[in-house]
This record gives sequence, C-alpha cells and structure tokens, in this order.
Amino acid sequence: MTIAIEVQSLTKKYDKKTVVDNVTFSINAGELFGLLGVNGAGKTTLIKMLSCLIKPSNGDAKLLGKNITQHPEQVHQLIAVSPQETAIAPNLTVRENLELMAGIQGLNKVNRKRKADEIIMRFSLKPYENQRSKTLSGGWQRRLSLAMALISEPQILFLDEPTLGLDILGRRELWSLIKKLKEKTTIILTTHYLEEAEALCDRIGIMKDGKMKAIGTAEELIKISKAATFEDAFVYFVTGGDIQ
Amino acid sequence: MRIFLFAGRTTKEIVRDPLSIFFGLGFPIVLLLLLSAINRSIPVTLFDINEITPGIAVFGLSFMGLFAAQVISKDRENSFLTRLFTTPMTSKDFIIGYSVPLLVMSIAQGIICYIVAILIGLSITASMIFSILLLILPSLIFVSIGLICGSLLSEKAAVGICGALLTNLSAWLSGIWFDLDLVGGLFKDIAYLLPFVHAVAMGKAVLNGQYSAMFPHLWWVLGYAIILTILAIVIFRKKMQAD
Repeated sequence: MTIAIEVQSLTKKYDKKTVVDNVTFSINAGELFGLLGVNGAGKTTLIKMLSCLIKPSNGDAKLLGKNITQHPEQVHQLIAVSPQETAIAPNLTVRENLELMAGIQGLNKVNRKRKADEIIMRFSLKPYENQRSKTLSGGWQRRLSLAMALISEPQILFLDEPTLGLDILGRRELWSLIKKLKEKTTIILTTHYLEEAEALCDRIGIMKDGKMKAIGTAEELIKISKAATFEDAFVYFVTGGDIQ
Repeated sequence: MRIFLFAGRTTKEIVRDPLSIFFGLGFPIVLLLLLSAINRSIPVTLFDINEITPGIAVFGLSFMGLFAAQVISKDRENSFLTRLFTTPMTSKDFIIGYSVPLLVMSIAQGIICYIVAILIGLSITASMIFSILLLILPSLIFVSIGLICGSLLSEKAAVGICGALLTNLSAWLSGIWFDLDLVGGLFKDIAYLLPFVHAVAMGKAVLNGQYSAMFPHLWWVLGYAIILTILAIVIFRKKMQAD
C-alpha cells in the first residue's frame, strides 16, 4: 500500500502555546482519514500545516513524497482544500467559479469548459450553473465549494468540516458525493459529527490539546476503549483515555 | 494567464454590485453636476468647472480604496483566499489581479468625469489627457490603502475605514469643497502633510496648462504612491506567508 501522507513530529507553537504537539502518523493512498477532536484540539491547524498555509514550528510532513517545508509549491500542485467556510466568489456564477478554479490550476479555455461541464453534471449543478453563487442555499453553496476543490482532480483533498450547518438531507447528499471520491483521492476530513466520521472514514484520528490521542478504525477505537458506542469511545479518548 | 483570470474575477465581483457602480461612478458625477449648478446660481471661483473637475476626479478615486478593501476582506472572511492560497497562485498574481482592475476603473472613472465636465462647459484641451493620466498616482494611493485595510482588518472594519473615514478624509482635507486657507492653522498643516490636497492641486495645475505649478505636489503624491504600494505588497505577502 502506497503512503500518501507521512507526518513526522509535526508541531505548531504560537508564543508559548503549543497548538499541535509532536504529531506523527501516516495515511495510505486512497484512504479517507477522519480527524476528530473537541474545539481547539488542533485539527484545523494540522490541516493548515499540511496544506502549506502555515509553517510548522518543528517537524515535517511529506505529501506523495513532497516536503511541506521545502517544496510547498509542488505540494500545491497535488492538493485541494475545501475550507470550513463556503469559500466561493459570491458575485460569480456557479460555472464562473468552477472555470476560475480550473484556470488557476493551469487549464486552457477549452479544458476549463470541459472540466466545468463534467463537474456540473457530477454534482447535479446544471439547474444553477448560471446563477450567482451568493444566491444559492447553504447546501448548494457547500456542494459548489466541494466541486471547486475537485475541479483540479487533486490527489489529496482536505475537507474541513464539509457538512457544517447542513440539515440531515444535505449532509447525506454530501456524504454520498464524498464516498464516491474515495476511489481516486486520498481525503483528510475534519468533523464534529461523530456519525459522519463513523459512516465515511476508513480510519479516524482523535486529537486532544494538540496531541494525537488515538488512531484506528471506528471498531478498533470502540474495542480499545472498551466502550459500547463510538460516541462513548470518543468521550473516553478526549477525557483522558490514551493508547500508544 | 492566472493574473488575467483573477483580474477578470475582481472586475466582475465589483461591477456586479450595483451599490459599487452608484458610489464609484454615479455619486462623483452627481456631485459634479450639483456643484456646477450651485456655481451657476452663486458663482464661486473654487467651483468653476476647470477647478472642480480635477477635485471631483480625485475624490471619486477614494471609492476605489473602498472597493479594494471590500473585495479582499470579503475573500479573507469567507476563506476564498485560503482556498486560493493552496493553489499555484503566487503573491504577484494576487497583487496584480486585485490592483490592475481597480487602476483601470480609476482611469475609466476619470474619463467619464471629464466627459461629463465637457458636457457642462469644460473646454477640451490636450492638458486634459495628462490630467487624466496623472490620476494613476492618486489611484495607486487609494488602492494601496484598500489593499492594506483589506489584508489586515475584518470586512466591517475595512469597509468602515475605507468607506467612511477615507472618503471623508479625502473630501475634507483635499481643498475640493473649500479653500484650506480659510481654515488655516493646524488643519491646513495636516492637510498639506497628506497626499489628497497635493493630488487635487497637481490635477488643477496640469488641466490649466500650468505644468510648472504641479511641483512640488507631484513629488508628494509620487512619494505616497510609492511608499503605500510597497507597504501594501509587503503586508499582503506577509499575510500570505503567515506563520
């Protein structure tokens, strides 16, 4: 199995506060890896370091063999990020947003249009393609945000709370889209919804106070914590339980 | 190519906002027409068409600062910039992509302002072209201030500072609406330490064909334009590489 992401002793400090503390783990190619933790656990900071948005204080990581500290520009060719917020250009139409992202990734006019057509069909955005994105509902904006991340066909995709604020139907629709991506793309997903992690992720890492407290499948984490449910297992790890 | 795409996006983002069009284009023209009408009823030298036009053209540019601040702070707040920072775009792509459309809009706004002035009595001269071209310097000042505020502040604060404060500062401290000698003292001293009055004085001198009178105002405006442009680039790059 090829390793897509290899994280070595990654640490981020702001003055005296350690936000991510000596985190080491790896993710296989094609895996959907969930990052869980209570607020302030360090999930978003870890994703920001891996996507070269902020520099680590210590440690390093390799994404498909490219170091985040030495070759951020090469890492940017491999990844896409769908941030917590919807992250769309509000006065551009759905199609314009998609073609903009495709162009930024270096596609020429013909290929931009072709890729936008493909993504519009795949994400069922056809009825809205000429609508300004600020006029879409929250669920469709999230869908567009995910579509914008995927137009460059990234090998690694970071999804930061992709279903935040969606109703259950919107969430289920997005889950089904994310599941389909697993075949081609390595995904790191952060979420507060435990059932989302349980339903989608091949493996889950639980963070607390910047440290990676446990990594495993949902079943493994339940077994190790001797809990009855995944929620109980999560509570066990974020309230002091530990595995090495 | 990325620069052109991003510049196109900046343009669409601004021109598709009807309020931007009204304040950026309509409001200065309304002021020009209003002050000309006042001048016809109660003649004041300050409001002569060849005196007021360069002033209104400079004042109109203050809205470019607002547009720059608004589009950048909005891109930061909804994480659109975060998304773009993880693409192969460079700081040069961003800075040019944000600034050039606003500089082009500044010149377009200046041309429209002068066309309206011609329609209400301004004589057509070759100096007019130089006066319009010189607007690029004050527009650099306003766009750079917008870039700085948009990079550092929340959308609310950036729009507040560039919308209310900057437009008022450039209005009151530019000598457009009243002769600064009438107030004098500290007010006048402060006004002459800032670039706005110099930008207006430079424009008036050139429009009236008194090229030697544009000095030393040109140096003030050029100095502010260079310093603020460098500062805007440094701050944006620093925010982009924040650690």
